[in-house]
Amino acid sequence: MSTPDFTINNTWMLVSTILVFLMHLGFAALEAGLTRAKNTVNILFKNTSIVAIGLLTYALCGFSLMYPGDFILGDWLGFAGFGLNPGENWDTPSYNVGYTYYTDFIFQAMFAATAATIVSGAVAERVKLSSFLLFSALYVAIIYPIAGSWKWGGGWLDQLGFYDFAGSTLVHGVGGWAALVGAYLLGPRIGKYTRKGAHPIKGHNMPLTAIGVFLLWFGWYGFNGGSVLSANPGAVSTVFVTTTLSASGGIIGSMAFSWYLSNKPDLSMILNGSLAGLVGITAGADVINPTMSILVGLISGLLVVASVLYLDSRKIDDPVGAISVHLICGIWGTLAVGIFSTDHSISTQLLGIMSYGVFCLASSMLIFYLIDKLFGLRVDEQEEIVGLDISEHEMEAYAGFQIFNVE
Amino acid sequence: MKLIIAIIQPEELPEIKEELLKNKIYKFTVSNALGQGKEVPIAEVYRGIAHEISLLKKVRLEIAVNDEYVDNAVDSIIKVAQRAKDKGRGKIFILPVEECIRLRTNERGKEAIG
Repeated sequence: MSTPDFTINNTWMLVSTILVFLMHLGFAALEAGLTRAKNTVNILFKNTSIVAIGLLTYALCGFSLMYPGDFILGDWLGFAGFGLNPGENWDTPSYNVGYTYYTDFIFQAMFAATAATIVSGAVAERVKLSSFLLFSALYVAIIYPIAGSWKWGGGWLDQLGFYDFAGSTLVHGVGGWAALVGAYLLGPRIGKYTRKGAHPIKGHNMPLTAIGVFLLWFGWYGFNGGSVLSANPGAVSTVFVTTTLSASGGIIGSMAFSWYLSNKPDLSMILNGSLAGLVGITAGADVINPTMSILVGLISGLLVVASVLYLDSRKIDDPVGAISVHLICGIWGTLAVGIFSTDHSISTQLLGIMSYGVFCLASSMLIFYLIDKLFGLRVDEQEEIVGLDISEHEMEAYAGFQIFNVE
Repeated sequence: MKLIIAIIQPEELPEIKEELLKNKIYKFTVSNALGQGKEVPIAEVYRGIAHEISLLKKVRLEIAVNDEYVDNAVDSIIKVAQRAKDKGRGKIFILPVEECIRLRTNERGKEAIG
């Protein structure tokens, strides 16, 4: 029997699922906009296939690894069996007062697919498509859900009191670490760093980038709002406010800092800045008060600009700023829970961040290394110069348009 | 027969075209071009990296005419292009033309150009 409350909760969770789903269009638009016209088909291809890979692997094993119920190895690893296994009463409040089994699965599956998409932007314009798809499949099928089980599955970090509301670390950090390893191992795009320093490789469509950012922000109301795991009026509305204020803070923080540094207001930086604020508040959207969420956003905005410049100085080429947005602000947001919420300790938050760092760095390095040895990770020089649209897909994104490109 | 190649500022094209028509020059070809001259490069910043754009957008105008129309064409371009005095207004090149063939009729030379 379903009660009105259960129906309302479950409906909100499904609406949130749709919102998170839309974030994939946001990622696709953002990444396409910030890269060159000659790689657009490739970016869209990756962002489309990753959604399928993320959702299918989550159905196959991800969901059972992330929410195993009982753990096998200490509180580190559990597995509830392949496929989807709705038990009896899967569609009643006795499964959960907020959602049915299938709602639970589909909401979490959308999250898993997001984590894999984060990597795509950082390795854009030079990664070999087949190798990237293989990496994504392994990472999202095995690493993401095991890491997630440590907290959301009731594992060891959860028992220590580590807190990550909607995934600053569990989703954005996990994706961000792999993005860092991928961008580092691949090396920069041809022509990005010359003897005279960093040379800008400009994104080909800023309006598309802006659309992507607003779609991501739009979807974030489901990402954070749905992470309440019910339609609880107080909690959902609080989360909406902290999420919005932090995104706004991120814009102002990145605007001030980039304007100060380069004497010009940089659109790509404030677009990254809003996402930075969103990632930053994700860990504590329900426990950080609205006033403090502005501060979380402002600092996220400063961090994302500093990080983009720092990575360039270290010759780590991240065309869309994925590492800065998701990893750096994910770490900051997770720490912010310890700083701004009296119920959580900074040291436990730090322990969580470092544990995820070690696990994700090691596993993504291993997977990338093996793929590199077996199949190669990067397209060859000529293919990169021609563009991945032609060399990987033999297809153009803008057939009939004149691409006016002097790079 | 002469071929006049003029590199002009894109924003001047509509007025130059009007002048040409006024001076009975009805046939020409226009293409987008990138060029670098004495003008000051454009400063740009992208994701915190400052850089200069020195190859700037120009329009390349090609006009093939019989000798008696050369002055008409050149004057039309100069009249518009000299209104501004800053560096980098562009240039006009005048080349002799060996032959001209109208594709539809096979007419050649003077007849074909006009």
